[in-house]
Amino acid sequence: MTAPTGITRFTLLKDLRLEWRSKDAINSMLFFSLLVVVVFSFSFDPTAEESRQIAGGLVWVAFLFAAVVALNQTWARELRNQVLDAYRVSPAPANSLFVAKVLGNFIFVSVLEALMTPLFIAFYRLRALGPAWQLLLVAALGTWALVVNGTFFAAMSLRTRSREIMLPLLLFPIAIPALLAMVQATASILTGETSARFWLVLLATYDLVFTTVCLLLFETVLNAE
Amino acid sequence: MKKAFPILGIVTALLLSYALYLALVWAPTEKTMGDVQRIFYYHVPSAWTAFILFFVNFGASVYYLIKRCQTADIVALVAAEVGVVFCTVVLVTGPIWARPVWGIWWTWDMRLTSTLVLWLIYVSYLFLRRFSSSGETPVLAAALAVLGALCVPFVYFSIWFFRTQHPQPVMGGGGSIDPRMLHVLLINWLAFSCFAFLVCWSRFRLEKLQRDVDEAHAMESLRDTQGSRK
Amino acid sequence: MTDPAPLIAVTNLIKQFGRFAALRGVSAEFSAGKLYAILGDNGAGKTTLLRTLAGLTRPTSGQVSILGAGKFHDICHQVGYMAHPSLLYDEMSGMENLEYFARLYGVTDQARCAFVIRAVGLDPDLARPVGQYSQGMRQRMSLARALLNDPKILLLDEPFSNVDLHSAAEMVQLLARARDQDKTVFIVTHQASLLEGAADEFVWMEFGRIVARTRELKR
Repeated sequence: MTAPTGITRFTLLKDLRLEWRSKDAINSMLFFSLLVVVVFSFSFDPTAEESRQIAGGLVWVAFLFAAVVALNQTWARELRNQVLDAYRVSPAPANSLFVAKVLGNFIFVSVLEALMTPLFIAFYRLRALGPAWQLLLVAALGTWALVVNGTFFAAMSLRTRSREIMLPLLLFPIAIPALLAMVQATASILTGETSARFWLVLLATYDLVFTTVCLLLFETVLNAE
Repeated sequence: MKKAFPILGIVTALLLSYALYLALVWAPTEKTMGDVQRIFYYHVPSAWTAFILFFVNFGASVYYLIKRCQTADIVALVAAEVGVVFCTVVLVTGPIWARPVWGIWWTWDMRLTSTLVLWLIYVSYLFLRRFSSSGETPVLAAALAVLGALCVPFVYFSIWFFRTQHPQPVMGGGGSIDPRMLHVLLINWLAFSCFAFLVCWSRFRLEKLQRDVDEAHAMESLRDTQGSRK
Repeated sequence: MTDPAPLIAVTNLIKQFGRFAALRGVSAEFSAGKLYAILGDNGAGKTTLLRTLAGLTRPTSGQVSILGAGKFHDICHQVGYMAHPSLLYDEMSGMENLEYFARLYGVTDQARCAFVIRAVGLDPDLARPVGQYSQGMRQRMSLARALLNDPKILLLDEPFSNVDLHSAAEMVQLLARARDQDKTVFIVTHQASLLEGAADEFVWMEFGRIVARTRELKR
């Protein structure tokens, strides 16, 4: 039997390939990201000093919106022809599928973040007064937190009415500690006033705990009647 | 079992009345805040009760995931519902208290904020239960309950640290508490706990009855050889 | 008459969906190397029975034993499942689809994928995405997917639905050949006439129970 990691890799490659081919989701997501940044810029027109204080929040709320739109698409292809039944009937472990989907979402959302960030920097004249490399760490840990829970809740919402609203409804409350950490860490690094270390450790712990639990529970959720 | 319910009801009513008297009359008036402070005796026990109920929800959900026992599912549902009610009480009494004392409706004080997030998590749990189709609800809800419960320490930690960095007026006051006030607090908590238990029990019976009816319907159609009456 | 060790045995299967009982105590044994046609009106419980056998639905009570195992997952690599939706990715070609699903079963041999595609009468080199296939082609490709792992048991739910007669007849022939190779085939269908002559046994279901099992298409 193919090793579980092989299945993960193959599934991820398939998803990336399909995403690349269709370009539907990519294009609409890119445009959406741009829109979000512009709308935020109209709503908040701060001085450079103020913007460093609030940029953490703005940026992450924008990323959160983008993430939700991406996450809602996670299982769209599988849903169309009941492909998940084929997966459940096969010997492939459910977790391989989950990890592949999480990685795919992580890549996707990271691309969106990478595109939105320069725009934010430009519109808000952002400059990091603290250690800028830590921002990458915040981005990675924070995105993972959103994406691992988001993919899990996306799978849960497959079995509910009002699927698209259920995902954010379930994700946002549980994501609050992580969001707080992301926002505060970003603000710390941009203002350079305090150390982001506590928040980074919190994020890392959060990621560890929730990744583990999601892996433990995904198969149960996938096979829920 | 049937007799215990009305007896407990009477005991609870008595306890609540006694606790009310203690809180509003017997307890000493607080120095700085005056009589407004008496809402403390509702605010804090509600928070403790909500917390216990959410813990029960967590335990019942874990048990359900392991044993797939229907009773555990009902306990989880009931605990969450009643817990959300008590949590709402905390969130309502908070501003009512804050307004006369500090002049603001809401402070992002550590405990109040954490309670708000807790409330959000368990309300989303109730939404999931409502929006998922009946066959899958117990499993999905139990999974969400586990995630939600694991989130709670993170909520408290993150908000605690946030508050140390951005201090705000703290409600509930720190420091030592007058022993008479403590006494009133504990009596109120006991009364609230009994009340919570009573409500949970009642709700449990209601839910169990509903499920038994559904099962009886299905069983009836099982015995029905014609099977056309549906 | 029945083989000493039944391939599949279900005991008193009950499946409730809220107030509706889809299966009301189904007990039966099925032997290897036979083609079973499961017939009945809508709501009779045919799909529920098949999905229970496929491990996709857990029964409210009762036992299922397939190939001696109580849990489907222990023998899942020996079962092929097909349903009315194609269980394929519309955006990929047939070959790409099969290569992916083959991986799930640990089959990395491309030649196997090409082989089953040809076996159902389709062209492995067809680059057209499955979403643009006709229904007949799609169902045949779905059948190819079910055959990838060379399963001992085939569970097919309405495989001929909306399929043109020619494709359907070809599929029936293929399934009969599979049965001849000692595979066990379960077909839930409304088009019983297609299976006349091919099926070893017709299993009639009504209101969640098996009411008759006949050799011929007559009750």
